[in-house]
Amino acid sequence: MSDTVLTPTAAEPQLKTRRWGEGLGLRWRQHAGILGALALFLGLYLFYQLNHPRGFTGQILIQNANEVFALALVSMAQTVPVLMAGLDLSVGAVMTLVGCVASHLVDGSPAEIALGIVVCIASGAACGFVNGCVVVYGRIQPIIATLATSAIYMGLALILRPTPGGKVQEDLSWAVTSDLREFAATFGLFDDGEAAWLQPFAWIPVPLVLLALIIILIWVPFTRTVTGRTVYAIGSSESAAYMSGLPINRAKLAAFTLAGLFAGLGGLFLALQTSSGNADIPQAGAYTLNSIAAVVIGGTSLLGGTGSAIGSMIGAMVLRTISFNFRIFDVAPLLQPLFEGIVLLAAVSLGGLKLLRLKNKLEVFR
Amino acid sequence: MPAPASFFALENISKRYGGVHALRDVDFACNRGSIHAVLGENGAGKSTLMKIMTGVVQPDEGRMTLEGAPVTFPNPAAANRAGIVCIFQELSLMPELTVADNITLSRPPRRFGFIDGRAQRLRSEELLARIGCEDINPLSRVSDLPLSRRQMVEIAKALGRDPKLLILDEATSALTSADVDRVYRMLFELKARDLSILYISHRMHEIEALADRCSVFRNGRHIETFAKGSRSNDEIVGLMIGREIEGQFPPKLRRTRPAPLITIRDLSWEDRLNGVGLEAGRGEIVGLGGLDGQGQKELLLALFGVLRGVRGTVTLEGEPTAATSPKAAKSGQARMALVPEDRKSEGLILSMSIADNISMASLDRLSHGMFIDAGRTRRAVERAIEQLRIKTGNSGDPVSTLSGGNQQKVVIAKWLATNPDIILLNDPTRGIDVGTKQEIYRLMRELAEQGACILFYSTDYEELIGCCDRVAVMYDGRVVRELEGEAITERNLIASALNIVEQREPAHV
Amino acid sequence: MNRTTDTIIAPRRLRLGPDDKPVIFAAGFVLLILLVGTGYTVYTQGNAPLLQPQYLLQQLQVGSFLGIVSAGLMVVILLGHIDLSVPWTLTAAAMMATAVGGPWAIPAGIGVGLLVGIVNGLGVAYLRVPSMIFTLGMNAVMRGLMVAHTGGFAPATAATDLMQYLAVSRIGGVIPVALLVWLAVSIVAVAILTRTTLGRAIYAIGNRERAAYLSGIDTNRVILIAFALSGAAAGLAGVLLAGYSTKAYQGMGDAYLLPAIAAVVIGGTNILGGRGRYLGTLVGVILIVLLNSVLSIMQMPEAGRQIIYGCVIISMLLVYGRGGRVTG
Repeated sequence: MSDTVLTPTAAEPQLKTRRWGEGLGLRWRQHAGILGALALFLGLYLFYQLNHPRGFTGQILIQNANEVFALALVSMAQTVPVLMAGLDLSVGAVMTLVGCVASHLVDGSPAEIALGIVVCIASGAACGFVNGCVVVYGRIQPIIATLATSAIYMGLALILRPTPGGKVQEDLSWAVTSDLREFAATFGLFDDGEAAWLQPFAWIPVPLVLLALIIILIWVPFTRTVTGRTVYAIGSSESAAYMSGLPINRAKLAAFTLAGLFAGLGGLFLALQTSSGNADIPQAGAYTLNSIAAVVIGGTSLLGGTGSAIGSMIGAMVLRTISFNFRIFDVAPLLQPLFEGIVLLAAVSLGGLKLLRLKNKLEVFR
Repeated sequence: MPAPASFFALENISKRYGGVHALRDVDFACNRGSIHAVLGENGAGKSTLMKIMTGVVQPDEGRMTLEGAPVTFPNPAAANRAGIVCIFQELSLMPELTVADNITLSRPPRRFGFIDGRAQRLRSEELLARIGCEDINPLSRVSDLPLSRRQMVEIAKALGRDPKLLILDEATSALTSADVDRVYRMLFELKARDLSILYISHRMHEIEALADRCSVFRNGRHIETFAKGSRSNDEIVGLMIGREIEGQFPPKLRRTRPAPLITIRDLSWEDRLNGVGLEAGRGEIVGLGGLDGQGQKELLLALFGVLRGVRGTVTLEGEPTAATSPKAAKSGQARMALVPEDRKSEGLILSMSIADNISMASLDRLSHGMFIDAGRTRRAVERAIEQLRIKTGNSGDPVSTLSGGNQQKVVIAKWLATNPDIILLNDPTRGIDVGTKQEIYRLMRELAEQGACILFYSTDYEELIGCCDRVAVMYDGRVVRELEGEAITERNLIASALNIVEQREPAHV
Repeated sequence: MNRTTDTIIAPRRLRLGPDDKPVIFAAGFVLLILLVGTGYTVYTQGNAPLLQPQYLLQQLQVGSFLGIVSAGLMVVILLGHIDLSVPWTLTAAAMMATAVGGPWAIPAGIGVGLLVGIVNGLGVAYLRVPSMIFTLGMNAVMRGLMVAHTGGFAPATAATDLMQYLAVSRIGGVIPVALLVWLAVSIVAVAILTRTTLGRAIYAIGNRERAAYLSGIDTNRVILIAFALSGAAAGLAGVLLAGYSTKAYQGMGDAYLLPAIAAVVIGGTNILGGRGRYLGTLVGVILIVLLNSVLSIMQMPEAGRQIIYGCVIISMLLVYGRGGRVTG
């Protein structure tokens, strides 16, 4: 039989170290997009904090984190289809729909609340799964399929909430939109949040913890599965992925479902944050479009194959930080859209300057 | 044929695409521990056969047996699981993923259900080492590797799947000769381990060196299978094209060297071109020789205005020029044309019609102002189809419906319609059947006779010897030697390609 | 059918090929909408307004704004790009036209559109920023400029008489002038796409830009021109819409982007570029417009409208817009 016993590499230690150094350099370069976005975010945020009239306080951090969360999750949701060289124009609608569901269900006894949260998350994932089915079995381009389903989801959201309103349980709403101490105090955990070991972390806003948990528990494991790898492979070259015998349909379904899940989590949080549901069509559209911008700023290529939801999260933070800065510099609200647009154009156009370094013009057309 | 230990057998396989029979009633079998060459012109049905064996397409009729048991492969994954692995001519790598990701793509090493990055890297290193490619870092992105390295990654990827039947479809077409040697050694080693290997190639000397048995396909039928050595090369070629061929290459006319039409001095670009000097005149076919990747392709691209930051001078008919884009190159005072390396992504727009493709480069000559003259365009297309004998039912069909050879003819027709003075050919016969190759050789000679100047890059020494009036051999971004007339021999070509003449000892290989 | 004269150049346009299917199905669906709508009105009100030419012309007059936007957008989509700056290009053109007023109102409006389109084209073609992002940014910039210009209120200036004439008047009291403008735009679009080198280059780039470039097509210039055309079309639509409502107002373009994309795609144009016919877009626009008016007649609430909209797009594409199976 053909048991392929491999001859061990007789690599010398020096070679190994060289490899390692080389590998580090390569990784560094391959993640240049994310690192650039991170540097941009840190710079902008530092600038914001330094210029903040009340200086750096935990309260501001919490407020910022709350404002970032929904967009960060919607952007992460957008990332998954973009990695497959598709776009999901329904992320904003799914977020809105799940928010409306939450405004009906996340209230009452703890068991009811728990069930409500599960239903919210499941309905987000279900929306994503439907998108996936339309794309995979309907063989319709993702951008158009999700354009259509987003109308359907908005319609459903309007049925659930013809006018803004509803209610979510107040304790929960308070707990997830403040820092860890308050979170513990609300639910009577860790000596009402006064446990000594908790104190070094007590200032961390809950939304940031949730973001980290979502990335560690959902995103990172996903990229380490064959399905997740296949998502990248499809974006890189779908026919090659097929030839390599990868589970393409499964990966597409999983990718859209994951996108729906992320968008749903964003919607759930938005409902908790605003204590209501609102089937606001322009707002859903704005979230969708901003998510695309965040994905690109976060270093994910719209052509698919490279990037990460972590980058998109940072991209969302960059976008939000820009508007934080407007706030403290008292830019007339009327001028804010203009500056936002100019900043976005400038950021993406800078990327265009690297074209000047391309010595082979054919590389432009990749 | 008696086949006692038939490993994988196909019986009565037929496959139709629309009304066209790609395969008709084919019986085919391959055995363990042998290298089996499959020969045939493009469109003979080899690719379809491979696609059926690897589950990419399903046969309309017939059955397949693996080790005596009937099997069907609904998709490539199923064939892979059965141990049938193919190295396709069109690379099946994901350019944005790393080498290691690619090599272990379908069955990565896992720990607790998740991909183990370290184990994956180690395994990739082992597999690459096995084919002598320790120089490839498994963490590089495939898109950052040159074509020849990618091909080796592709081979490593196939090896990593524990194949029982390994199919190589023109897998060496992009390799350097050193890599080809390594691949040969690997194939012999695999054969010794009782693997079954199918080898598809257009290069006769490769088949001579490797195969135990040969099967010839023609027009979707399996013509004959025979042991190596039982047929002469001429007989094999005769079987492939169904008729005897006389004189592969058209005769060269002996005459004095014409005045230069294009003069290249000190052309440099990045680290790929290091001061190229070359002249070529009307009526000449000047070959570009040398090992793969010595700057030949870059030279052609630089002349055609694709590269930025080119230094040195290019003189056309005594006038210094520097094309800044293909548009400038094709409409300068001496019009240039480039038949690019990859016809499917660079030469053609596959989904557009044959007519649209043929008229693509010459639309400005076929228009009044901004409006296309439909009648003139139609006549031009008809003329081109006739001149190049492109086999087509309807010129409105997408060019993707043509066979590889006819597609390449469309690329050439597109450029002939611009009436070029200088024709740059980048390996125009790669992956093309024998019959079309001969037509292209004849056409090149005709064009030269009519006053065109042709720069011809080829990886095939026979072609350079047979076609060219002169060959400029390139090494490390320079022309190291020019061979003319009788001096163009395989021996001289190889010696100068290795740059043995200038440096006393061979550089590498 | 005349197959001898035009066989080589355009056989697909003459025989029933894959590109004709969308047109025929969309046209069939238009009839279905008319039928269902008429059935509804006959049942509930006892009359059939949908079948009155006067009513249909009225609907098409309103639809001509969408039609003009779609024509421009289609050119960009054929390239494999998209123009998300349509809403505020349209609004900006309307506001500038009313602000300038006088004989220069219309050139000013179209000029604004053209300018935005050129900037889009420069960004997409020369800086190679993904069109999705660059036009999104331009949309925000135009919105910012207009909000700053008007202070966030509806501008007080009114549309000129000529603008109102083009948008509202009817020749002989029957044929709306707006419809004729749409017709003129359509003729130009068809001529560009089928009869000019520019059109051929647009299809080529949409299919494979690399090969188009190596064929000596100045692909950057073609992209620039296509975006400029799209911008100009949005500008013209803005001018007409301002004329129709006698003034410009905030957000007047918001309702045009998604329906225009839907119309182009329902008409059979590949969202990834390279394939599609103008006739399809035309039928797609009519479909969207009639669907809207039937839903209005039915007094369908917004929620139901959204759901029906989505279902129609998906079901149309399921019938004929399906991509090929990937088989390498």
